[in-house]
Amino acid sequence: MTTVSMTVNGKQISGEVEDRTLLSTFLRENQGLTGTHIGCDTSQCGACLVHMDGKAVKSCSMLAVQASGSAVTTIEGISQNGQLHIMQKAFKENHGLQCGFCTPGMIMSAIDMINRLGTDLDEKTIRHELEGNICRCTGYHNIVKAIKAAADEMAEVLEAAE
Amino acid sequence: MYETKYHRASSVSDAAAMLKNADDGKLLSGGQTLIPTMKQRLAAPSDLIDLRHIAEMSGITKQADGSIRIGAATTHAEVASNDDIKTALSGLADLAGMIGDPHVRHMGTIGGSIANNDPAADYPAALLALGATIETNKREFSASNFFTGMFETALDEDEIVTAVILPVAANTAYAKFPNPASRYAMAGVFVAKTSAGARVAVTGAGQDGVFRMPDMEKALDSNWAAEAVVGIAPAEDNMLSDMHGTAAYRANLVTVMAKRAVAASA
Repeated sequence: MTTVSMTVNGKQISGEVEDRTLLSTFLRENQGLTGTHIGCDTSQCGACLVHMDGKAVKSCSMLAVQASGSAVTTIEGISQNGQLHIMQKAFKENHGLQCGFCTPGMIMSAIDMINRLGTDLDEKTIRHELEGNICRCTGYHNIVKAIKAAADEMAEVLEAAE
Repeated sequence: MYETKYHRASSVSDAAAMLKNADDGKLLSGGQTLIPTMKQRLAAPSDLIDLRHIAEMSGITKQADGSIRIGAATTHAEVASNDDIKTALSGLADLAGMIGDPHVRHMGTIGGSIANNDPAADYPAALLALGATIETNKREFSASNFFTGMFETALDEDEIVTAVILPVAANTAYAKFPNPASRYAMAGVFVAKTSAGARVAVTGAGQDGVFRMPDMEKALDSNWAAEAVVGIAPAEDNMLSDMHGTAAYRANLVTVMAKRAVAASA
């Protein structure tokens, strides 16, 4: 067993794991953060997305020990003071989900998309950038709509702050 | 996944020593191929030596002669978004931005990709077309000597890719036809107008991995235009043939992708 230490959702944590333990398993089973989902086992679906040091990565395709020393944000870590993140709110308002299984990954992917590309996103870009996230219900239409709505709202917030 | 022992290397020499001491060790970079392979129990290394935290292996530098040096642990996302690469080798930046998906590109590295030499990987086409130099902890290879076959390279068991050096070229472009399900290249063609003439390299289609198309290169030397490569296809005998496409289909795809790449390079 190896001790891994990392910051998860702003909190310094550590845990004992086997070296072969996936980051997704560590988050779900050791930390009880079951919002990170395991959808496919073939690194394609993106349901397990978390942000590591500010970048979206597939937590099912890396070991917990690889993330030791890093800062990890999961779906549980994006709301603040009980207030949903703008992206979460937009998914709720636009019904950007059907069964909801892919939703945590979709939201972490969408936030990463805006971090990388800014808030001026068109539909084509959003669809292209969702290449690493699969919705088995094929509910993409409202997912894309939700991301566009959140991007527009974030642009307004940024503008108001200036 | 079978049991394994993780080691984090802090320098290239540290990694080499760890690999030497391991029973059946494997180098771990971004892990976007290796970890999924281990999950499927298709690989079971006794030890994993993580290269991701070796500072000297990361980063992109424009050198005095204009060439671009990319550290082996540099991610696809970093290559795709680097301003020097976008200016001097736009085809390479585009290629890096087409690998996997955004999240895979945050982890996957150029060194890991070329050391694995998947016959459908994208980078080998760019390196072969551009006449890249591959630097290891022991020596240097030309790309043409490095890629030796499907999942095969000239690397020794204990050798570590440390960097890739790419000479600049006037025009570069990459076009690929991704498999609709896996998104791996069924055929990917990198074209480059280099100081040594036109170069065309193909990935995804060949039985022995990446290869050049001398007939297309000759045609493009006299006329750098998409129509120059019409009617020039690789021999079907050397093409992959499987449930995703026959050899004839792939041979034709190579011509189509070459046309698209040349058209995009203008």
